Amino acid sequence: MTESSKPPLLNVLPLKERMKIPRQHMLEQPALERATNFTEVNLGYSEELARQEAARCLECANPKCTNDCPVGVKVKDFVRLIVAGDFMGAAAKIREDNVLPAITGRVCPQEDHCEGGCLMGKKVQPLGIGYLERFVADYEQRHLDTSKLPKAPPTGKKVAIVGSGPSGLTAAGDLIQRGHEVHVFEALHTPGGVLVYGIPEFRLPKQIIREQIDYMRAMGVVFETDVVVGKTVTLDELMHEEGYDAVFIGTGAGLPQFMNIPGEHLNGVYSANEFLTRINLMHAYEFPKYDEPMLDLHGKQVAVIGGGNTALDAIRSALRLGASKAYVIYRRSEAEMPARKEEVEHAKQEGIEFRVLTNPIEFLSDGKGWLNAVRCMKMDLGEPDASGRRRPVAVEGSEFNLPLSVAVIAIGTGANPLIQSTTPGLNTNKKNYIEADPVTQRTSRRGVFAGGDIVTGSATVILAMGAGRRAAQAIHEYLSTWCEW
Amino acid sequence: MFKILHAEFLAPGIKRFVIEAPRIAQKQKPGQFVILRLYEHGERIPITIEHSDPKAGTIRIVVQSIGKTTNLLNSLNAGDSILNVVGPLGKPSEIENFGTVVVMGGGVGTAMAYPTAAALKNAGNRVISIVGARNKELVILERELRETSDALMITTDDGSYADKGFVTDKLRQLIENGTRIDLVLAIGPIPMMRAVAEMTRKEKIRTIVSLNPIMIDGTGMCGGCRVLVDGKSEFACVDGPEFDAHRVDFSVLVQRNSMYRTAEQKSMEEFQHDPKSQIEAVHAEQPGACALEGGRQ
Repeated sequence: MTESSKPPLLNVLPLKERMKIPRQHMLEQPALERATNFTEVNLGYSEELARQEAARCLECANPKCTNDCPVGVKVKDFVRLIVAGDFMGAAAKIREDNVLPAITGRVCPQEDHCEGGCLMGKKVQPLGIGYLERFVADYEQRHLDTSKLPKAPPTGKKVAIVGSGPSGLTAAGDLIQRGHEVHVFEALHTPGGVLVYGIPEFRLPKQIIREQIDYMRAMGVVFETDVVVGKTVTLDELMHEEGYDAVFIGTGAGLPQFMNIPGEHLNGVYSANEFLTRINLMHAYEFPKYDEPMLDLHGKQVAVIGGGNTALDAIRSALRLGASKAYVIYRRSEAEMPARKEEVEHAKQEGIEFRVLTNPIEFLSDGKGWLNAVRCMKMDLGEPDASGRRRPVAVEGSEFNLPLSVAVIAIGTGANPLIQSTTPGLNTNKKNYIEADPVTQRTSRRGVFAGGDIVTGSATVILAMGAGRRAAQAIHEYLSTWCEW
Repeated sequence: MFKILHAEFLAPGIKRFVIEAPRIAQKQKPGQFVILRLYEHGERIPITIEHSDPKAGTIRIVVQSIGKTTNLLNSLNAGDSILNVVGPLGKPSEIENFGTVVVMGGGVGTAMAYPTAAALKNAGNRVISIVGARNKELVILERELRETSDALMITTDDGSYADKGFVTDKLRQLIENGTRIDLVLAIGPIPMMRAVAEMTRKEKIRTIVSLNPIMIDGTGMCGGCRVLVDGKSEFACVDGPEFDAHRVDFSVLVQRNSMYRTAEQKSMEEFQHDPKSQIEAVHAEQPGACALEGGRQ
């Protein structure tokens, strides 16, 4: 046994004393300063702050943090290693369950998972598990020698992963550690999926994603970009002609939904996917250094429609690109917003205006094909709907116009049909999402597994990772049992 | 990286490339396109595939220098590489025996119409091709189209070659002569496709156009290429690029294609101001210069 797997119990503080330590603040760029740049908002913990925060852990006998984590990170164990100052050991401990710690440490909605279950949160504030995970992952990145990564003995089995977003990367990471040959196919020119095209630099720097992917390359994962499975090659060709023993589909929910209200074709109306892809993947905010253009937002009034993380990513990007007014238009109230709490707080600090209980009904033109206002209605909350949230109901006669140059629609996404329509025998549901077993992620096709947003519809990075992890386990079992189905 | 095996100018500013892209060559069907990106700082642009050779693992594209990216692309030669080429994207052209088909190509659109014309001919259609260009120098693929067409008509705007006039003049003549036309395929500048659509609408002749709105990913992910068809949003990248011309709202297409005019002009002005250093930026990323992302790694 290595030292790191048998940590000394250094947290000698009595429980009462631990409770007295306040939650350590994450250093961040001042709000007004960061609102003008794309540099990361959060600056990270120092070693001292991390150890101080880690010392707050109560080390519960039955830790809810681990149970509530979709990939089951052994929080108590890695936190204990931080207290002991064994940061590399802590990183290794996280990696047993989570192959993308630098990413989840930044974008996971911890309040819904690990930190939401933390006992400390019942009395004071929960342990900063996300911050600690991020600290450990960044520390590992600075000190790791990827040439020394252990390699599992090869099994001779080949797995194709379709899509290099959170679920695909997780499945790839888990499978390569079990000795399978893993090839990841990506439609865009850079691996990372939504992590690259969807999440902006100020929340998840591209460098972090590159490092995580380089780590996977060092473990032996092969990435092939510019391949649209369903177009460039079909799933059947991968299995029958290219010799893959199993396939994992993690293509995400990439089809943008529009509101189907008048004026959606006006210049200045974007889907969040396009707006963010231009900025994040194509670096349009660095035009003309980069060739992909976008509309000049300086001094413009910009609104995003929607209340999720994507909506906030879009509007905070617009603010950084010089928007004079930046609105979030959301038809329910703030309590129902699906976005991460920290992002809502950050957005408010930066000067984003929230127009809640407001719903657009028409985009208005300047007469020359360009957006110049959005017509909205005020909403009230009625009885709970299918999502369990109170249904917004329009208030009669409450129409008003909000002057606007650019509108970004971030009301959700649907399933991209490219794979389903070219793969006979792959069952889908009414909304065209792929049907998969919730535990094994098996689809209706032998040897084909699916997980993440392409099965559940848009969710979060960590839930997709959880699916990737379950699929990797099931694929490993399938390949180890001579393909028993 | 996708290697350019052959490159030649077909006309001033119009260049044909043969590119090594085995996966795409295996799958391409007439009417489909690729999206390419030249270098790390490059934008993604859609280009129709003119021809593919599955055995050789190559595809052919024809590119007209219009903006910065196409000018940069046309500065590349055999032995150079394109950083990213993804495809084949879009739905293939509908190929069956319709009877008599008029294939119309305006300018570089001729290169996009050509593969479909050839496939329609192979499917047993009588193919009448009408090709239009600004002047004699810009008439392309004449020999290829002559081989695949039962009749070929050529017009030039200035009358420097064949008949002076527009492709629509020839179409009108065919209609007035009472030629039975079962289908029209028109690919070219938007005003040309729009004019064809208006002419055939009255005659109730089914007409297909290939649209080229602004795209990024080409897989249905961004929605930037949405066009208004029968009052409903369709994505040119996955639902098209070919649509029934009589259902397309061309005004919205023109308006949306103008969205980045200012930025495009700025890019082009910068390029014209110092083409050499901009071309060098692309060449600096060529294989041998340094290793880059793209393709199998």
